[in-house]
Amino acid sequence: MSETRYTKDHEWVRLEGDIAIVGITDHAQNALGDVVFVELPEVGREVAAGEACAVVESVKAASDVYAPVSGRVSEVNDALAEDPGLINREPTGEGWFFKIEPKDKAEIAGLMDEAAYHAFVESQA
Amino acid sequence: MAESNETLLETPLTALHRRLGARMVPFAGYAMPVQYPAGIMAEHLHCRASAALFDVSHMGQAELVGEDAAAALEQLTPADVKGLKPGRQRYGLLTTMAGGIFDDFMVANFGDRLFLVVNASRKAEDFALIEAALPAGVRLRRLPDRALLALQGPKAAELLAPMAPDLAGLSFLGVAETKIAGIPAFVSRSGYTGEDGYEISVPGGEAERLAEMLLALSGVAPAGLGARDSLRLEAGLCLYGNDIDETTSPVEAGLTWTIGKRRRMEWNFPGAERVREELANGPRRLRVGLRPEGRQPARSHTPIHLPGGKQVGEVTSGGFGPSLNGPMAMGYVAPAQARDGTALELMVRGKPLAARVAPMPFVPHNYAR
Repeated sequence: MSETRYTKDHEWVRLEGDIAIVGITDHAQNALGDVVFVELPEVGREVAAGEACAVVESVKAASDVYAPVSGRVSEVNDALAEDPGLINREPTGEGWFFKIEPKDKAEIAGLMDEAAYHAFVESQA
Repeated sequence: MAESNETLLETPLTALHRRLGARMVPFAGYAMPVQYPAGIMAEHLHCRASAALFDVSHMGQAELVGEDAAAALEQLTPADVKGLKPGRQRYGLLTTMAGGIFDDFMVANFGDRLFLVVNASRKAEDFALIEAALPAGVRLRRLPDRALLALQGPKAAELLAPMAPDLAGLSFLGVAETKIAGIPAFVSRSGYTGEDGYEISVPGGEAERLAEMLLALSGVAPAGLGARDSLRLEAGLCLYGNDIDETTSPVEAGLTWTIGKRRRMEWNFPGAERVREELANGPRRLRVGLRPEGRQPARSHTPIHLPGGKQVGEVTSGGFGPSLNGPMAMGYVAPAQARDGTALELMVRGKPLAARVAPMPFVPHNYAR
């Protein structure tokens, strides 16, 4: 398992073999509040880095989730339909959103590491 | 966040909100708690199960004093204010000359004066409008230094009783001037959640002491604007600026019940012509409740379409109902689509979401009758 990387839109991405797993950060789930619904991308969809490809709905509002890297969506987390609260309880584990076969794995290394992401969150506060 | 916190007004409870760990957001020019660490869902459910304390001090409070105060207010509203008995409160609308809704308000008769509560976002305009209409001998006394707390929920009455025994005897929309643990208060048995409860107006300087005492009661938890919104939507109650505004008429909004019987014979309120015409011939559109299928919410401004067809309206408030355990919305549709059970489609991000017109409230009211 590789190091987790982060975007300025508060997604995390982690490479497992050739597949990138994507979710939203603990900071993001905390800011959203109780998640009640997620709209996930179609498996097979080609996405560009920064493209809106999922929507997360809390009691209060809807927010877009962006693809951290370009590639093809290879799998989505169907468990979220039944239990969207997974995103609040385990944002970086069982609450993952989708998997991408990245076009260029090096794109991931260009994202923020944990220390840089924490510094970014602090700077936004 | 678009507005910086420096420019925002604060209520007398701001320091308490911060101590409680609230997330503060700008609302109608005030820094207000949208939620506490428990979160909107938990705060909402706690209110329905026990009792929640809300700070609604941003709302406008004022008194109308003078012999002809009720008649003066009736110049601006179709509500029956003259017929409001001492010790009673009533919901009403300020209407425009064109028959739109300028604001909604609560008015209470405290015997020697009328007590008004209006929306935070409209209070400056409301008070200016009222003042401009007053005859000699009637005076509007703004009460910017008073706080307003709402204690809402099925346990509100029994929890408050030891601190203010006379309040347990109030019926729904009853008001009393009393003391709560020695603090002088204007209290009404009302609220914006669909639950039993009280709205309590106290001098700003006493608000924090009262709030701390209430929060210390076992069964009371703080709740923010987020829960207030989901509670009022489940209760089918309108939010000014979303569900009603200067373009919507009382008839379209389904609020004709706020028009006094006598007023419907006199027709002497602003916009009476439009109201009378719509009552006779039917309005162009009607406010309805909507239940989307599944769990996906449809938010305000979502277009409402006929199944597979043209647009017939728009959602004005929408979200997820924690007690309903499902999505809910209200919006305006043509009268032909307003019947309960009518199948419609809500276009959420360009995709149709099946929904049906549903009766409101979505969650039954639980008032003290």
